Amino acid sequence: MDKEYVGFAALPNQLHRKSVKKGFDFTLMVAGESGLGKSTLINSLFLTNLYEDRQLPEASARLTQTLTIERRGVEIEEGGIKVKLTLVDTPGFGDSVDCSDCWLPVVRFIEEQFEQYLRDESGLNRKNIQDSRVHCCLYFISPFGRGLRPLDVAFLRAVHEKVNIIPVIGKADALMPKETQALKQRIRDQLKEEEINIYQFPDCDSDEDEDFKRQDAEMKESIPFAVVGSCEVVRDGGTRPVRGRRYSWGTVEVENPHHCDFLNLRRMLVQTHLQDLKEVTHDLLYEGYRARCLQSLARPGARDRASRSKLSRQSATEIPLPMLPLAETEKLIREKDEELRRMQEMLEKMQAQMQQSQTQGEQSEAL
Amino acid sequence: MRAPGRARLAGLGGGERAIRLGPGSPLLLLLLLLLLLLLLFSFGCGWRSRCCSPVRRQKLPYECGSFPEPAAEGPGRGRAPTPGASRFCACDVRNQAEEADDISDPQAAPEAALGCIGDMADTPRDAGLKQAPTPRNEKAPADFGYVGIDSILEQMRRKAMKQGFEFNIMVVGQSGLGKSTLINTLFKSKISRKSVQPTSEERIPKTIEIKSITHDIEEKGVRMKLTVIDTPGFGDHINNENCWQPIMKFINDQYEKYLQEEVNINRKKRIPDTRVHCCLYFIPATGHSLRPLDIEFMKRLSKVVNIVPVIAKADTLTLEERVYFKQRITADLLSNGIDVYPQKEFDEDSEDRLVNEKFREMIPFAVVGSDHEYQVNGKRILGRKTKWGTIEVENTTHCEFAYLRDLLIRTHMQNIKDITSSIHFEAYRVKRLHEGSHAMSNGVEEKGPEAQEM
Repeated sequence: MDKEYVGFAALPNQLHRKSVKKGFDFTLMVAGESGLGKSTLINSLFLTNLYEDRQLPEASARLTQTLTIERRGVEIEEGGIKVKLTLVDTPGFGDSVDCSDCWLPVVRFIEEQFEQYLRDESGLNRKNIQDSRVHCCLYFISPFGRGLRPLDVAFLRAVHEKVNIIPVIGKADALMPKETQALKQRIRDQLKEEEINIYQFPDCDSDEDEDFKRQDAEMKESIPFAVVGSCEVVRDGGTRPVRGRRYSWGTVEVENPHHCDFLNLRRMLVQTHLQDLKEVTHDLLYEGYRARCLQSLARPGARDRASRSKLSRQSATEIPLPMLPLAETEKLIREKDEELRRMQEMLEKMQAQMQQSQTQGEQSEAL
Repeated sequence: MRAPGRARLAGLGGGERAIRLGPGSPLLLLLLLLLLLLLLFSFGCGWRSRCCSPVRRQKLPYECGSFPEPAAEGPGRGRAPTPGASRFCACDVRNQAEEADDISDPQAAPEAALGCIGDMADTPRDAGLKQAPTPRNEKAPADFGYVGIDSILEQMRRKAMKQGFEFNIMVVGQSGLGKSTLINTLFKSKISRKSVQPTSEERIPKTIEIKSITHDIEEKGVRMKLTVIDTPGFGDHINNENCWQPIMKFINDQYEKYLQEEVNINRKKRIPDTRVHCCLYFIPATGHSLRPLDIEFMKRLSKVVNIVPVIAKADTLTLEERVYFKQRITADLLSNGIDVYPQKEFDEDSEDRLVNEKFREMIPFAVVGSDHEYQVNGKRILGRKTKWGTIEVENTTHCEFAYLRDLLIRTHMQNIKDITSSIHFEAYRVKRLHEGSHAMSNGVEEKGPEAQEM
């Protein structure tokens, strides 16, 4: 027994065991015009059949359709780890002749989830908070166009501060390799021009090996991901069976990195960055929402002076967040250390406790 | 005739006693031989005279709408030329121009001796024409009633070639669906807006613009003035309400222009035809069904112009998806009362209906267009090369571009123009006349040529 060995190196294992028991939940939203292969891609990503009972409406039905938000849940288990995946779908997006403001229901939905979480967090029983916030939004861009369309730009502008956006080019087998590169570059340029903040994959640590770094750089370069989805297994005579789409001029293999970026997307989304997406949602986007929400409560006059004083104390300590525009805030926070974030969390917990007692007092008053 | 025959036989009889023919006396034999000869004769001539009869319905040269092609590719053009069979459908002649070269001379020789009355071989013909007018030489001597009215085909054909043809095609669809590429591929030249404007604006225009580009193209002596009308900005905005209005206005303006010309006192000999003959509507290959925008547009425009819907960039659909998608589209079109070209109600006879039914089963065509050439199996073909294979544009197992081209250019071009001028334009004209007469009857003096017309 090593004299200097204390034993807290085993903490990650304990954490691992606990989280395995607790299970993970993840909410993924897919948005984009209909017919871009969203459902097929989701089925391929998670190898499930989430859209089994889907019935596509006829054209005349689509004339009067408005945007609806649909939620589907599925439990996926792999290697003893359970993931409760919730899929948020937006059928009817971009369908009608007049699509003005068709993204508003989506924005409202995302904010509702934040609101729900805020209420739960400030509530009495915080043991089993259901996290229904949208952790990631896969936005599908049409391969037929020449980059982002006006509708795409409008939607992305409306949601980029509220959810992690990963742009994806759907049905990428319509494009030849050169066209794919040109389209990706064009989309990247447009995103920069319109100042839309998509999810930034964090830089890998400097102590990772070269291989991993190279892979990481490759994956970052291929954003937006040009994907092809398929759950059908194609048996091509002598070669091994692959998942793909069979045409009369060849077969597109979904999991072939030379054919499309599906593998990259799956790796980044599921294998390496699932947790990071949740963290960014919680630390950045949710906090931003919360700050905005509470600030707007504070300004037009709160219910009583006591709570207002509490809130002003709160806002005083949180000056970095609401004062600066969000983009710069993101940069600042990224530069800071993990410990600073943890300190903030602790402060918030304390304040929430105080607010809790306050709301308790209010409720008893109301009754 | 008998004397030589007998002389012949007598000669024979002298030297060759050994040869004894079957049924008895040489006289009978002679009779049989003569009968045989006569029969052969009448058969030969009678067959030709039957072919020579001008009773069948002739197809006017430009009615076929086909351009001289060495390869007989289009449907129904595969009939092999039979020497002696007259070429009354001038299209066949043109399509088999190569074979005609071979036949023109041998035809002149043996049967010319028969001496057809009304021999058309004497009429001087244009040296430029490949097909042989010499079939006329084979007329049976017995066909005295041949006048030669069918030569009007030739005359009309020559005139049409001198005048040249006009064709105006409009392409409508969202940006990026490959409209310009498809036009370039259809007419095998760089004639689209993108190729003509080197500084192509990638930006979506704020309102829908109508841009028309005219080219003169020529093939085998036939000249065509082709106008491609492009509609950038259609369906690209967030709010696409009434995006079809500028297009409808343009089409009606062309009709109006033609009507004004027609109604003039001093009319031009040949009114320039800027009416939109055909509108290619591009449907994105979503695989589900038609979008509301597609339905709204086609509902309104199918009444004023011939619409040919195509599925653009169809290389994203597998065969099963393509079939399913087409079924959904046809069902959607039917349920919304949209009649696309070839329209069912304009079929003239059963022959037309048969040909058109075949096309109607395939509509909308799933097309892929390409500007690039690749080497496949030693041939240079137009296609798209991806990591998993090369899509050949003209390969009918890959996409339906060849069928679209046949419909638009090789077989139905003239029919499209006829329907535009005789049905759509007439409907517009009737509407305008009614408007005019209505105004008159209300005591309002209608100014302009319409008043004179009425």
